[in-house]
Amino acid sequence: MMESLNLPLIWAGLLALAVFMYVLLDGFDLGLGILFPFAPSDHDRDVMMTSVAPVWDGNETWLVLGGGGLFAVFPKAYAALLPAVYMPIGFMLVALIFRGVAFEFRFKSEGILKRVWDQAFHWGSVVAAFSQGLILGALVQGIELENGRFAGDMYGWLTPFSFFTGCALVWGYALLGSTWLIIKTENGLQQWSRQLALVSMFVVLLCMIIVSLWVPLLDANAAMRWGIDYPHIDWSRLLPLSPIPILVAVTGMTMFRAIRGSDTVHKPFFCAVLLFLLGYIGLAISLFPYLVPYSLTLYEAAAAPNAQALLLAGAVILLPTILAYTVYVYWVFRGKVRMDSGYSH
Amino acid sequence: MTGTLDMLMLARIQFAFVVSFHIIFPAFTIGLASYLAFLEGLWLKTGKDIYLNLYRFWVKIFAISFGMGVVSGVVMSYQFGTNWSLFAEKTGNVLGPLLGYEVMTAFFLEASFLAIMLFGWNRVGRKLHFASTCIVAVGTLISAFWILAANSWMHTPAGYEIRDGIFYATSWMEVIFNPSFPYRLVHMVLAAYLTTGFVVTSVAALQLLRNNKTPANVLMFRMGIVFTAIVTPLQIAAGHSHGVNVHEHQPVKLAAMEGHWETHQGAPMILFGIPNEEKETNDYEIAIPKLGSLVVAHDLNAEIKGLKEWPREERPPVATVFWSFRIMVGIGMLMLLLAFTGLYLMRTGRLTDNIIYQKACFVMGPSGFVAVIAGWFTAEVGRQPYTVYGLLRTADSVSPVTAGAVGMSLTIFIFVYAIIFTAGVYYLFKLAWKGPLEPDPDDGLEAEPIMASNLTISGYEHSLIKKPRPAET
Repeated sequence: MMESLNLPLIWAGLLALAVFMYVLLDGFDLGLGILFPFAPSDHDRDVMMTSVAPVWDGNETWLVLGGGGLFAVFPKAYAALLPAVYMPIGFMLVALIFRGVAFEFRFKSEGILKRVWDQAFHWGSVVAAFSQGLILGALVQGIELENGRFAGDMYGWLTPFSFFTGCALVWGYALLGSTWLIIKTENGLQQWSRQLALVSMFVVLLCMIIVSLWVPLLDANAAMRWGIDYPHIDWSRLLPLSPIPILVAVTGMTMFRAIRGSDTVHKPFFCAVLLFLLGYIGLAISLFPYLVPYSLTLYEAAAAPNAQALLLAGAVILLPTILAYTVYVYWVFRGKVRMDSGYSH
Repeated sequence: MTGTLDMLMLARIQFAFVVSFHIIFPAFTIGLASYLAFLEGLWLKTGKDIYLNLYRFWVKIFAISFGMGVVSGVVMSYQFGTNWSLFAEKTGNVLGPLLGYEVMTAFFLEASFLAIMLFGWNRVGRKLHFASTCIVAVGTLISAFWILAANSWMHTPAGYEIRDGIFYATSWMEVIFNPSFPYRLVHMVLAAYLTTGFVVTSVAALQLLRNNKTPANVLMFRMGIVFTAIVTPLQIAAGHSHGVNVHEHQPVKLAAMEGHWETHQGAPMILFGIPNEEKETNDYEIAIPKLGSLVVAHDLNAEIKGLKEWPREERPPVATVFWSFRIMVGIGMLMLLLAFTGLYLMRTGRLTDNIIYQKACFVMGPSGFVAVIAGWFTAEVGRQPYTVYGLLRTADSVSPVTAGAVGMSLTIFIFVYAIIFTAGVYYLFKLAWKGPLEPDPDDGLEAEPIMASNLTISGYEHSLIKKPRPAET
């Protein structure tokens, strides 16, 4: 019965959701790590870390769902993609290890050792974010396959464009992190977060503009995805994308006011989420239906229908359950950071 | 050709390295989560602070170990793609959903409720906190269920068909409950419990040796001994049944484990020997006639196939399998001796004074980890030269990446894991050295009575203070 559904499309949508959840949730806690050394005081650093201590590994689990899910439902894409971005994946994993253990180790250290784990947390977050940006850039550039297997250069992912998207994502996560802090902190630290949020917001908007101008120049394939085939322009492709810049501008304005005003603490974060969502939708539209751009579509990469169906049968119950208890945990730890519930365990 | 071989070897070393490093933590946290649930349950039921003290102590150790398990586990979920992409491509249809279910039924559950377990004391009620601990414990077991189902399928594939070199599932029940799965699941879960049991005993012994003969440390010591004395014999029985299962389904692995080169009617049990793969014999062999057949097939004259039945390119690396199997079994025997000696000392009432025994318990602390890794080496190296036994060769599973890239990432992983492991062991040992916090009447202002028994809790743990008293039962 389930085999009659368009399983590959449903799964592509669910995986896209998982990846977006990851970007959003781990985005803000990686963002904290990026901002970490610039915090006004050591106490503020304790507050920052405590604000994500209960949620960081749940957040990171979405990355495992992204990776494991890709293996499960699109094994050919998983097998083709990962060798292509072998090195940035390695950097990301190593960086995530350092920042992950820093949570526990930092609060159990004093003096110089504590400084060491501060640095591990910071650089782990920066490198993880940058590597994810590199992977994103490499995807948008396209990946060369032969007979469905990676046939490109081991360093194919390293280009000026991917370097740029790497930096852009670091700023993007800094934006999520600083707006998260506006929600979770008070007084001086909150003021500091508002300033950082403002700076990050402008950099992120600038990055979005640059990427939008750069992609059509990048590669004929990529440009064609947006309907641009110089000098011809295919409006049927470009027009559906056109509301995105307008919405980005509106979100940016709203966010600017929300960060500068003092009446709202939640709005900046949700505006940042919206910016990410818009960028993500733009990306999804321009890559669709490719899973390995521009070589392997989601239909070509799909696992056997019975495998996709088996997992979907569970996912329709499990994913909403996961979302529900994730919301519950965030609700339990809602409000401003209370240092008493920190690392006293 | 040499290029691919080198790359293959490097990829295998990398996988063995990252998975051995990873398995240490789940092997410990599976058992520890259950122990924590047990302690918290006892505390809720009896209202005795001693259980809470032990809980507060072990949960710190749990947090560090779990964190290290998470970060090394994320690496695992990408290894299949980076280094074993052809394996992923060919088996994805069958193994993918099992791993997908592991993420969806276990990982999120563990990570989310761990938050409440570690940081939720002030934010949820006692019962909900206890429920969270139980959920984490169950989560670790669910995770073991799926990953061992996937691993067992690689040893004893069932419920599949192969079309154009790609595996397709024909029956999910047969895939999941493949012939070696029940044995492996029981063997591994018991191994995890034993690993934890010996760590608990070891930490308690350390405290007793430091002359901290507090009620909590003595209780912990007794709990560890009784627990390991019950579970070690069960594990030996489970291991034996698993061995019989290997004999039925993977005879070449069994031959390597036992060091049998010739096929025997009534095979000996080789106690010692150095397998010589070139001459296809064991040097310096010491063996008991016919015992091998009796143990494996419950018949003195049963036929046990020798390695020579298979061409050389079908045999696993014999020495590795032979020795890691012996290390595992040897440790199992030592465990049994230690646990039963403890029971005897408990009965004669000399447990807390016997320094030699306490030293032995302390030294045996890491034995579970060594046995687990040795056991996995036996199982996984014994499956070689295949990733899916008899069907997909390891050489046909590896990614089209260069030896340089694998070598570089391996070097980085070794370097990084060495740092992380050293730091982790340092912090864990620091906690173990400190031991469970004893109520300290001279503690500062933060110390307030939380129990009618007038036990106090230190400022370090002050998050507990505002809680209402547990129901007296």
